[in-house]
Amino acid sequence: MSNSVELAIAKAINAGMRKSMQEDEKVLVFGEDVAQLGGVFRVTEGLLDEFGDKRIFNSPIAESGIVGTAIGLAMRGFRPVAEIQFDGFIYPAFNQIVSQLAKLTNRSEGSFQMPVVIRVPYGGGIGAVEHHSESPEAYFAHTAGLRVVSPSNANDAYWMIQQAIQSKDPVMFFEPKRRYWQKGMVNLDQAPQPLHSAATLRQGKDVTIATYGPMVVTALQAAELAASEGINIEVIDMRSMSPIDFGHIVESVKRTGRLIVTHEAGTFVSISSEVAAKIAELCFYHLEAPVIRVGGFDVPYPAAKLEELYLPDADRLMEAVDRVLAY
Amino acid sequence: MQLLSVDGDFSVPKEHAGYAEFVRDLREADFLKFYRDMARIRRFDNEATALQRQGQMGLWVPAIGQEAAQIGSGYGVGPNDHIFPSYREHGVAITHGVDLMSIVKMFRGVNHGGWNPNETRFHLYAIVLGTQALHATGYAMGLNFEGRVGTGIPENDLAVITYFGDGATAEGDISEAFLFAATHKTPQVFFCQNNQWAISSPVGTQTTVPLFKRGEGFGVPGVRVDGNDVLACYAVTKKHMDDARAGLGPTLVEALTYRIGAHTTSDDPSKYRDADEVAHWQAKDPISRFEKFLRKQGVGQDFFDEVEQAGNDLAAELREATFALKEPALEDMFDHVYSEPHPLIEEQRAWLLGYEESLGGHNPNNDGDNSLGYGGTA
Repeated sequence: MSNSVELAIAKAINAGMRKSMQEDEKVLVFGEDVAQLGGVFRVTEGLLDEFGDKRIFNSPIAESGIVGTAIGLAMRGFRPVAEIQFDGFIYPAFNQIVSQLAKLTNRSEGSFQMPVVIRVPYGGGIGAVEHHSESPEAYFAHTAGLRVVSPSNANDAYWMIQQAIQSKDPVMFFEPKRRYWQKGMVNLDQAPQPLHSAATLRQGKDVTIATYGPMVVTALQAAELAASEGINIEVIDMRSMSPIDFGHIVESVKRTGRLIVTHEAGTFVSISSEVAAKIAELCFYHLEAPVIRVGGFDVPYPAAKLEELYLPDADRLMEAVDRVLAY
Repeated sequence: MQLLSVDGDFSVPKEHAGYAEFVRDLREADFLKFYRDMARIRRFDNEATALQRQGQMGLWVPAIGQEAAQIGSGYGVGPNDHIFPSYREHGVAITHGVDLMSIVKMFRGVNHGGWNPNETRFHLYAIVLGTQALHATGYAMGLNFEGRVGTGIPENDLAVITYFGDGATAEGDISEAFLFAATHKTPQVFFCQNNQWAISSPVGTQTTVPLFKRGEGFGVPGVRVDGNDVLACYAVTKKHMDDARAGLGPTLVEALTYRIGAHTTSDDPSKYRDADEVAHWQAKDPISRFEKFLRKQGVGQDFFDEVEQAGNDLAAELREATFALKEPALEDMFDHVYSEPHPLIEEQRAWLLGYEESLGGHNPNNDGDNSLGYGGTA
């Protein structure tokens, strides 16, 4: 009998980090306000009491320093888990992430592995002020040497954080902040699948919707709406944005012939751009309609009173479903 | 802090007696080693510059004029300590056994580094300025967490040194590294070679206060040393690395020196600085200063002849080894992008191999032409 417990996503990440810290004393957790406070979203709550201030500690408010010192610690054999407090605060660390962290294994011809996890609460929907609601994942997916993932539910959150910490490569771990409080059952005994594989969360024969992170719930809502109209939507949780599990999407599109890709980020030069291009190559003779992308707009993330208009919702997905079915 | 005058006379200012004791521990063999390595690295620099001019390297970054700062500080670092260089530290490299040909390979464009920092403890060159200071600081934080500091057990305790120039002090990463080092009280020396010029910008562009004071506001005390005095550079580095290992925290050392040559082989310093200024610093040359000292100590002409001959041999070996360097294999581009398999990289590697195969195969080493076919443009 499996050992399961109901947890919110934030608590599941916390439990996963705790397990990793228990299993490997080289795992360190640091970032802004992660220690006594437990992070602004309380994702690291309680870890200080259990592991002490040599394993989890507050960093100065210096994101480049957080990532730069994480690199040095990894060179020494540690497995740093660094928190960037909000998506919009990651850019001061951009150089250390894309020019240093991502390239050091390659530059050193394998002398160094870089088992660093950078946790980033990301995305909108919480009514926040500027720079607290962004979706910067495409920048990092574009960079060779990085791995980029995002869980959408508590079970994945619990397991994917542990898999990310075990990875020998740097992993950008994007946490869907507006879903932190979403509860789900967590199987504490067994990981559901490898880190960089996609999952089909709902089967359907008419249209495939591929998405990740906070938009997975939205896609499932759209599928529910569509079902009431007699349309069967297949929902794929991509889980990993670098690498992308194209095989999983291809298998689905070959059955449905129609694909919608959605995320909160603007669609111009985005994860959905890559999926649309690749699926056009791989499924050309199976597609009944062009691949449609549904995302935020290519504007600075708007003020909170406008974010409902910015973020794709189930109705916007249904509009796209109608469009792909019209071909 | 100066121990050797421009005329090679050794004297200890009273306030620096604490540093001078480290020089008293040195033997004649150490002095000769310092000289040999300074002369060796200058000869290497001149030969590498010539090779670049002949199209054998994409770029060369000479360290001429900075030999005392590099050899002196390099020997002040303990054999098990870790070194995080910028990109001009060829002198420091040879004090820790790095094969000079691996540096040539990098500037020839064969690879991006090529020595194993886990073996040499001399880390890869860092071209984006200041980034390495944070890596050094993280590494030093790790030594603290492991209890490798301040135990008093010589084989246990370790420290870290990071090198950067006056230009890099303007980078935020250097300031952040000072802060992390101070708050974690890391076992660490920040070694700034102030060579007066960041490409064409004089040091006044980067700072309005003496650079050795730059760390004070962060809690990192500083000391300025004559960077053309190999004994002073040795003593200051040795003392502060020993202190760091003993748990006394980080120190900033500013070595006041001068970049006699160009920034790189792509640079033309005659466009932005006076010949008089260069001549002024050439008169303070670190190698001839130390030669004067050694001759006053009774070192004979035979030794200097031997060093000259060793330089000629090195130059010949360097040329031969450069011509013999193999071009990299096509697959090298795809190796070590990740430590674990990555489907996109595998797919692209397979595609390029297949494509080259369709054209008859890729063999970069069969045409007998070692020229890269481009001039330095960096």
